[in-house]
Amino acid sequence: MIFGVTRVVNFAHGSFFMLGAYMAWTILQHLPRDPLSFAAGILLAAGAVGLVGVVVEVLLLRRIYRAAELFQLLATFGVVLIVQEAALFIWGPEDHTLSRPRWLRGAFDIFGERFPLWDLYLVFVGPVVLAGLWLLFTRTRFGILVRAATEDREMVAALGVDQKFLFTAVFALGAALAGLGGALALPAGSANLQMDLAIIAEAFVVVVVGGLGSVPGAYLAALLIAEIQAFGIVLMPKITLVGVFLVMALVLAVRPYGLLGKPPPPERGRDPLPVLRPTPRWLGMAGFAALAVLAALPAVAGAYTLSLAIEIACLTLFAASLHFMMGPGGIVSFGHAAFFGLGAYAAALATRWLAAPMELGLLASPLLAGLFGAAFGALVVRLSGVYLAMLTLAFAQIVWATSFQWVEVTGGDNGILGVWPASWARDKAAFWWLALGLSAGGVFVLRRMIFSPFGYAMRAVRDSPLRAAAIGIRAGHVQWAAFTVAALFAGLSGGLYAYAKGSVFPTYVAIPKSVDALMMVLLGGVQTVAGPVVGAAAWMGLSDLLVRFIEFWRLALGAAIIALVLLFPHGIAGAAQQRLMRDA
Amino acid sequence: MTLLRVEGLVKSFGGVRAVHDVSFSVGGGERVAIIGPNGAGKSTCFNMLNGQLRPDAGRVFLDERDVTRMPPEAKFRAGIGRTFQITATFASQTVAENVQMALLSFAGRLWNPWRRAHTASRDQAVALLERVGLVPQAHRAAGVLAYGDLKRLELAIALANAPRLLLMDEPTAGMAPSERAALMTLVSGIVAESGISVLFTEHDMDVVFGHADRVLVLNRGELIFAGTGEGARADEQVRAVYLGSGVTSGGH
Repeated sequence: MIFGVTRVVNFAHGSFFMLGAYMAWTILQHLPRDPLSFAAGILLAAGAVGLVGVVVEVLLLRRIYRAAELFQLLATFGVVLIVQEAALFIWGPEDHTLSRPRWLRGAFDIFGERFPLWDLYLVFVGPVVLAGLWLLFTRTRFGILVRAATEDREMVAALGVDQKFLFTAVFALGAALAGLGGALALPAGSANLQMDLAIIAEAFVVVVVGGLGSVPGAYLAALLIAEIQAFGIVLMPKITLVGVFLVMALVLAVRPYGLLGKPPPPERGRDPLPVLRPTPRWLGMAGFAALAVLAALPAVAGAYTLSLAIEIACLTLFAASLHFMMGPGGIVSFGHAAFFGLGAYAAALATRWLAAPMELGLLASPLLAGLFGAAFGALVVRLSGVYLAMLTLAFAQIVWATSFQWVEVTGGDNGILGVWPASWARDKAAFWWLALGLSAGGVFVLRRMIFSPFGYAMRAVRDSPLRAAAIGIRAGHVQWAAFTVAALFAGLSGGLYAYAKGSVFPTYVAIPKSVDALMMVLLGGVQTVAGPVVGAAAWMGLSDLLVRFIEFWRLALGAAIIALVLLFPHGIAGAAQQRLMRDA
Repeated sequence: MTLLRVEGLVKSFGGVRAVHDVSFSVGGGERVAIIGPNGAGKSTCFNMLNGQLRPDAGRVFLDERDVTRMPPEAKFRAGIGRTFQITATFASQTVAENVQMALLSFAGRLWNPWRRAHTASRDQAVALLERVGLVPQAHRAAGVLAYGDLKRLELAIALANAPRLLLMDEPTAGMAPSERAALMTLVSGIVAESGISVLFTEHDMDVVFGHADRVLVLNRGELIFAGTGEGARADEQVRAVYLGSGVTSGGH
């Protein structure tokens, strides 16, 4: 609903789910334990989350509806961090489980299997909510307006409908439903701080498979995915997510807009993107000067600063690889960490199982990531914008789950330790030069490609697919190549990072890593070639400062993200560029 | 000599027959206009010729080679250039770079990941811009051009593959009357100079009668007239369609 009407990809939806569970826990503690109060408490929790939704919409989203899609995504990720901190502060770090009231503890016998009563209730809640929404959408004026806005919001605005109210109401309703989901999940599980990011990837998959903006589609897809997971656990317990992913790939290959989705309405009135001018001489010189200064860093910096600098160098290359496909390529990824992680694991596995030296490991990293990028890219580049972005997130979650669950090979949560650099690079200063060289070299190659005919072809496909086809450019091939190149360089950065840290963990593939990359690119400015370099330094510096000096660092980080999105809608380097080069 | 031959083209959308059994041909160096009221099937016809739509039946031959099922990318290589009703250019590239892209693509040099694109095929691009009078704008972003200039840019891009056939979908739509005459005079000059053929749709009858050697009239998906401009003006059926006899609707 929220995406259909407002076109905002809401990362914070998982947070609403989590809040629903926590609020239900608190509310149900204070209510009598009869069935009616219990139901009322759950609805109350959903309503409370709806109110939080109103606050988020009015204070934040309303100001950024006109901003680029990704800025909205980032702003909502800021909300994720703030809600996490708030939940930690209010409810503490421990999981909260609800002792079920007596009337809920019963169970049925179905074919000799015990079936909890609560699960039976849940079976009916879904259809009831769906029926309620269906009535709302077909029988009320509000519902008809929502459907109209899903199809063509400009037209609805032109007809004089109060957009502000409509958007707020839809967002609140969507948040309340997420809260209801969380509250309903509480009795069978617990309220915990991992719920938000755990559910959001699944939610994205369901929405994409069902078709963006289609509520019945979402319901159908939720059933389908849940069944696959349920049977998957029985048939192939280790790879349930892989099964889900395969089904999703199958659905989208046949119906690229999801089960019940329609092609998105044409976008209108987007500002044309800026022209890429050749680098001015002074900027190139400044780049070389900065490189020279950085090379001299070990002479002045201590061990900690050097470690941080190495980390920044790795992540700069990571950000540059994402920028390559996002900026000129126009392909947005929410899960670029998949390739970073694949690169890191390639190095670690080569070390652990083949006792390969670092030089070989650093070759394996981009190779493995590039291979997976080529295979996955072939599957998804035909999809349009947000669909593709959500699928990349799902792919990253699968890589993450594999690294987490395949304990025999990857060590699971304990990771792989002892991924040490070659003896000549053991010294911090030597490794810094290696990292700086590879990172700067990689960034230079990517930059060179952006200004090459191939890079221009990427922008051509992004700007006007129609014209690109008319002058003989095969959009699919160009985008696939861009995706593969981006994966390759992300893999190299991941491999480098693995040797820098000496170990590899599933967190390298987790959502926050993907968000790091997005933050760095967007902070720097998507349409600025120097952007990812500036963005990586700014983001890493900021995170490091906040984590070290501020107790509530997530809150501060979230607030900082939101402030940056509101202040610099074109990124830092983008803002600087606008100042320096007003249209030549 | 026949350059383009169209045989029995058919396309339906759901139950609507948008184009029904349309056949015609375009000779070398000929300028042919497709006209007809809104909804007559002009754009559908056009989109089948350039490969955006697949016909349900019928065939298209370019120089006696069957190109019916070629996608747009391949038609570009086969020697068809095209301009769009609503201009489609690369907004984030300069005017010259837009033309360079078409030149590089035609030369098969687009996959080069290392060379500087900004200077590649620059002279050729400037030469094409010279033909359409856009050299003074070469350094500006295509995204900030005035509409008339965008139409000229499209023409320059469409000429980059040295086409034998130029497809122009409403080349003067949205332009001021004086601009229209100038653009079509430019097109006619290029045709006279290089001997390429032009097939265009158009609503402005002055443009049609002034710049088309032959006129095809479509109504409700069927070809009702093919002949000279004078002939079209004299034809009873065409007059009925355009003046509105009560049988037809939506004329101009």
